Amino acid sequence: MTHFQTPKNLWQHGSDENKYMKKRTVPAVVLLSALFLSGCTSRRPGDNRASASLQIKGSDTMVNLGQAWAEAFNKLRLEVNVAVTGGGSGTGIAALINGTCDIAESSRAVEEKEIKQAAGNGVTFNQEIVALDGIVVVVHPSNPVKNLAMDQLREIFMGNIKRWKTIGGPDIPIVLLSREVNSGTHIFFKEHVLRRGKKKAVEEFSPGALMMPSSFAIAEEVANNENAVGYYGLGYISPRQKVIAVAKDDRSPFIEPTIESVRINAYPISRPLYLTTNGRPSGLVKEFVDFVYSKEGQDIVKRTDFVPIR
Amino acid sequence: MARFRKVKEFVIEKLIFASGIASIIFVALIFIFLLREGVSVFKTTSIGDFLGGRFWYPISDPPKLGILPLILGSLLVTAGAIVLAVPLGIGAAFYIADVAPVKIRHLLKSCVEVLAAIPSVVLGFLGITLLVPFLKHTLGLPTGLTALAGSIMLAFMALPTIISISEDAINAVPREYKEGALALGATHWQTLTRVIIHGAMPGIIAASMLGIGRVIGETMAVMMVTGNAAVIPTSLLQPVRTLTATIAAEMGEAAKGSPHYFALFAVGLVLFLISFLINLTADLFLNRGKKR
Repeated sequence: MTHFQTPKNLWQHGSDENKYMKKRTVPAVVLLSALFLSGCTSRRPGDNRASASLQIKGSDTMVNLGQAWAEAFNKLRLEVNVAVTGGGSGTGIAALINGTCDIAESSRAVEEKEIKQAAGNGVTFNQEIVALDGIVVVVHPSNPVKNLAMDQLREIFMGNIKRWKTIGGPDIPIVLLSREVNSGTHIFFKEHVLRRGKKKAVEEFSPGALMMPSSFAIAEEVANNENAVGYYGLGYISPRQKVIAVAKDDRSPFIEPTIESVRINAYPISRPLYLTTNGRPSGLVKEFVDFVYSKEGQDIVKRTDFVPIR
Repeated sequence: MARFRKVKEFVIEKLIFASGIASIIFVALIFIFLLREGVSVFKTTSIGDFLGGRFWYPISDPPKLGILPLILGSLLVTAGAIVLAVPLGIGAAFYIADVAPVKIRHLLKSCVEVLAAIPSVVLGFLGITLLVPFLKHTLGLPTGLTALAGSIMLAFMALPTIISISEDAINAVPREYKEGALALGATHWQTLTRVIIHGAMPGIIAASMLGIGRVIGETMAVMMVTGNAAVIPTSLLQPVRTLTATIAAEMGEAAKGSPHYFALFAVGLVLFLISFLINLTADLFLNRGKKR
């Protein structure tokens, strides 16, 4: 489910130490504990140039984007190993707090409780918007429904509209597909569509909504199930699912989600994508973030079907 | 020299004792840890609301932490798996132990072992690509991601346990019983259903219980095919969310120290208690079998 690149240098580094330990145990132990202690005091991954590796973790929506950046960045800096893994925005931010990654990719802003938690671990967040993403509502290609207003989407995903017939489709039940709660996409959809942008509102997804482990799983189920309606990031659009045009309210026109409509903020369900670091980026982390903002980095954003900010 | 041997023996004895006792210590430590983290959820949610609540919205504010749909989901999927796996497993065990020619017996036994070795994520993958669309089309369901799909996957996983332990139990029935029955003029079928099955019954029940224990703790395959909707299930043909899938899907996100985090530990505690009860029952049956 998550894409994974092994940080090769790290592993080799580890096995070298093991060989060393067999020969001369005592100095090795001293060395290791020294390493360990220094690791504890200067918990700033990224400015440790010797290891030359970058751990990037977080949003599943951004995994492909992050990996494309990592590959291109790697061509500029051959000696650096960049590992990109998914798991969800929350997972990435938790990893940043625990010091197990250098950069967290997230499809939402950090939350109050995460900031508090981070403060407890001596971590201060620095969040920068690096791209934009539209959340696309998709149905089976055979479904005649092609336009929906935000309020209709809200009623559908809260389980109040139960059959396609109510909104101009055939007389078959609606199967709701949602992401799991660890997904930034899930949280964004809930707050933006169900709760109309009010974080503290009480609307929830229908308990009958199927919680899918990944955007890929949603894409598969929608492609194979004429009852299904699901949502995912702009990057997952394929001919095997039909994209719904969305209107902000009764008076607004129905807008297809495209790079252009998201950029000019016409498409109503879009969101910024962030890179989060511990404090202001420095060293290798800064180089990577700068690369993301460069023309090449932003071209990659466009190539992976997200919307560049420059 | 004799003294050295004595010391050596003493040390070895203590080491073996330590390894023996280790598993007990580990189980106790795991239980204490689960209990310590899990009970904290009852500061914010009462036991009744936790076990009997109908809604699971863990990240809302305030969170709704009712695990009744999850418990029922787990039980339903497990019950479905038992109904499928137990008769099939026991039938297979009788065939392998008592009916099959030697060559087929060896072939079948290795096949059962291979089945046991298939990683559950691989089974889940087969389930999501083959079984789920198949169920949807043949049964005309709104979606194939159902409790039934989970039950079928789990039945596959429980089969090896049920077959091999039942087969041992059948083989352990004294030969004289079978010979006596046949000598009295009973047919092979009568011997099987009226004599051998009685001798092997405690072992077969234990095998089924251990199979169930395997099933209720299984996570990956279930998470992939059951749809994970936290509703109180009314039939096998609708999506359910299990206890295990909930922990697996949400643990990575839960902020440490939040009610959600503690609730997931409490879910683990509930699972631990359920599988503990199942194993205990299995043990009781196994011991009863030995005393006879």
